[in-house]
Amino acid sequence: MIGLREIIAGIFIFSGCFFIIVASVGIVRLPDFYTRVHPAGKADTMGQILILTGLIIYEGLSLISVKIFFIICFVLIANPTATHALVKSAFISGLKPWTRKKEDD
Amino acid sequence: MFDTALLLLILSAFLVIYRALKGPRVFDRVLAINFIGTKAVIILALIGFSYGRPHFLDIALLYALINFVATIAFLKYRATGKLG
Repeated sequence: MIGLREIIAGIFIFSGCFFIIVASVGIVRLPDFYTRVHPAGKADTMGQILILTGLIIYEGLSLISVKIFFIICFVLIANPTATHALVKSAFISGLKPWTRKKEDD
Repeated sequence: MFDTALLLLILSAFLVIYRALKGPRVFDRVLAINFIGTKAVIILALIGFSYGRPHFLDIALLYALINFVATIAFLKYRATGKLG
């Protein structure tokens, strides 16, 4: 017998997996570096937070869920910061944004 | 439930390895490696729950820190030419 809490946790975890798979397909398929940063910055963070929230719901209130909450806070700060630094470094080094006319990639 | 989620996450990480190998510039490779590292955090947390030993979360937290610091350090080295 599966309880209600496990069903809700499973819904959170599999929706997070959906977001992460969409983000990885976007990284493979999109045409330019600046457009590839876009799924890695937003959809990826969304999927991670959904999966970790599902784990918190599965676990209940204990020390382990507090640790998962710390991981959520760190991911929410670190992942957009890393992609922002990546875009800034690429823009400083002179990488031009993609336009439909060139088609060099 | 955890095993299926683990399988899906490992599949998405293998998709991104294509971009890390082929990426036309170095920033694409850094982006793909950062993505795989954040997937490794989630995979470690899910492995801990799947094996019934949730103390793997300490390793996951440490890996998140190392991944972030590695990305920032590489980009600083790329931008300024030196570390520190």
